[in-house]
Amino acid sequence: MTELVLFWLFAVVAVAGGIGMLLNLRNTVASALCLVLTMLALACLFVLLLAQFVGVIQVMVYAGAIIVLFLFVIMLLNMERDTLGAETYPVVKVLAAIFTVAVGIKLATVVATLRTPWAEVDEAFGTTREFGQALFTDYVLPFELASILLIAGIVGAIVLAKQRLE
Amino acid sequence: MDPVLVGKAVFIFLVTVGLFGPVMTWIERKQSALMQDRVGANRADILGLRVIGLFHPIADAIKMLTKEDTVPTGAHRVLHALCPFIAATPALISFAVIPYGGTYTAFGREFNLCVADLDYGVLYIFAIGSVATYGSILAGWAGNNNWGILGSLRASAQMISYEVALGVSVIGMFMICGSVRLTDIGLVQQETFRLFGFLEHFGWIAPGTGWVDAITLPMWGILLQPLAFFIFLGAIMAENKRPPFDLPEAESELVAGYFTEYSGMKFGLYLLGEWTEVVVIAGLVTALFLGGWAIPWVSDVALIGFLSGLVGSDWGNLLAMLVHVGVFLVKLVFMIFFQMILRWSLPRFRYDQVMNLGWKIMLPLSLANILLTGLAMLVVQEVTS
Repeated sequence: MTELVLFWLFAVVAVAGGIGMLLNLRNTVASALCLVLTMLALACLFVLLLAQFVGVIQVMVYAGAIIVLFLFVIMLLNMERDTLGAETYPVVKVLAAIFTVAVGIKLATVVATLRTPWAEVDEAFGTTREFGQALFTDYVLPFELASILLIAGIVGAIVLAKQRLE
Repeated sequence: MDPVLVGKAVFIFLVTVGLFGPVMTWIERKQSALMQDRVGANRADILGLRVIGLFHPIADAIKMLTKEDTVPTGAHRVLHALCPFIAATPALISFAVIPYGGTYTAFGREFNLCVADLDYGVLYIFAIGSVATYGSILAGWAGNNNWGILGSLRASAQMISYEVALGVSVIGMFMICGSVRLTDIGLVQQETFRLFGFLEHFGWIAPGTGWVDAITLPMWGILLQPLAFFIFLGAIMAENKRPPFDLPEAESELVAGYFTEYSGMKFGLYLLGEWTEVVVIAGLVTALFLGGWAIPWVSDVALIGFLSGLVGSDWGNLLAMLVHVGVFLVKLVFMIFFQMILRWSLPRFRYDQVMNLGWKIMLPLSLANILLTGLAMLVVQEVTS
């Protein structure tokens, strides 16, 4: 019962944060803050699902670092919607729509095929040790691929910054 | 609600906010006076009674509470009011995972002296601390003040940069302890190792030589991971934005940095958060690197056994608990004092110096520390197996 109440609480906050982000497009700081709210609510939902480690990392990485960087950039450049300019490539919009619909359909099918009772998990589920073991054995390939992607992003950022300096 | 849990939470709250928070303002003034050859705060008196300036915290509190609470025009009212709470709360709840003692069994109950003995212990503090960044990054923006925004930008850049070095520097300690739970790390640090044991393993000395067995050191983090200790201490002090890392609130350039537009108790909350964080830093460093609640060379089991032999099992356990809390507080106070000495000794860094220190010195060193720790652990495994 408590879990259900908490689930609805965090679920509503998460969705409200997402909607708030879209409604506040004129005020970029408020928009980013709504995203923080969503991230925090998602972290709480992870904890409710016994994935405590993922929940803590969610707070640390997304709420605590990535969106802080968003805010940093927004405040540093003092960006308003007008200075950003409109999206000039219509292809981007079309692609965005396609992917959104695809992800939406996938999510809907997953939710529709869910069946109770839920799988039983043992005590160690979601602990740091279990998570690390799964990450470095079963999922080591996706993990390494993700790290290559991140390295590519970092190197790309440095190249762009260097070009501007010269 | 479990009364023991409530008791532990209240104890932590009273010690950090009720005792250390106010007394810290006094200690800081007195200690700076000591270092600068002055007398220090001693004017506040109640009926002519001055008690070496101990009434100053009370005077401060009254002043903060009764000052006018101003909100500048053009400020974002909601965020402006919210920011002090975002900044102060993380420091208050961080102590939940720091153990100030071990586990004791008395009168048919088990007492674990850690309010929330979470599996992801240290990560909880890092996560909470990273949310605290919003308290400073939004404060300047919400107050609609140019100095504030400059301070906010510096604060956010500094806090993000040092979070990286902070997190990476403790990984070596996690590798040795095989856990991120602070109570586990505390238990590992109670063990001892033989400083010259390797001579025996390499066959340079006959096994069973007396003095090799006699010279032991406790497995404290500061002895096993000295490099990590210094990086961690530096990085976490930079997170707290006190001198020498106080450039986000540099009063000579930015008035008061990101909290320029705050007055009254909202301003007080920033100070409270900062001072509480000093206590949290001291507690975290103690738990991670200074053996936590342990007396060096005396394990929990040995102490409880000895005291139980004197006064019986129940009271022996309780007595051991008191001793351990005392030991933890002594180390905590030492680390607080150490931070204050640094605060009054070092000049403020420049912005580029702070960035260089974080990204070009601390981060590579802490990455190298992981590699070295891994190598050392492999060697130890090979030699001892």
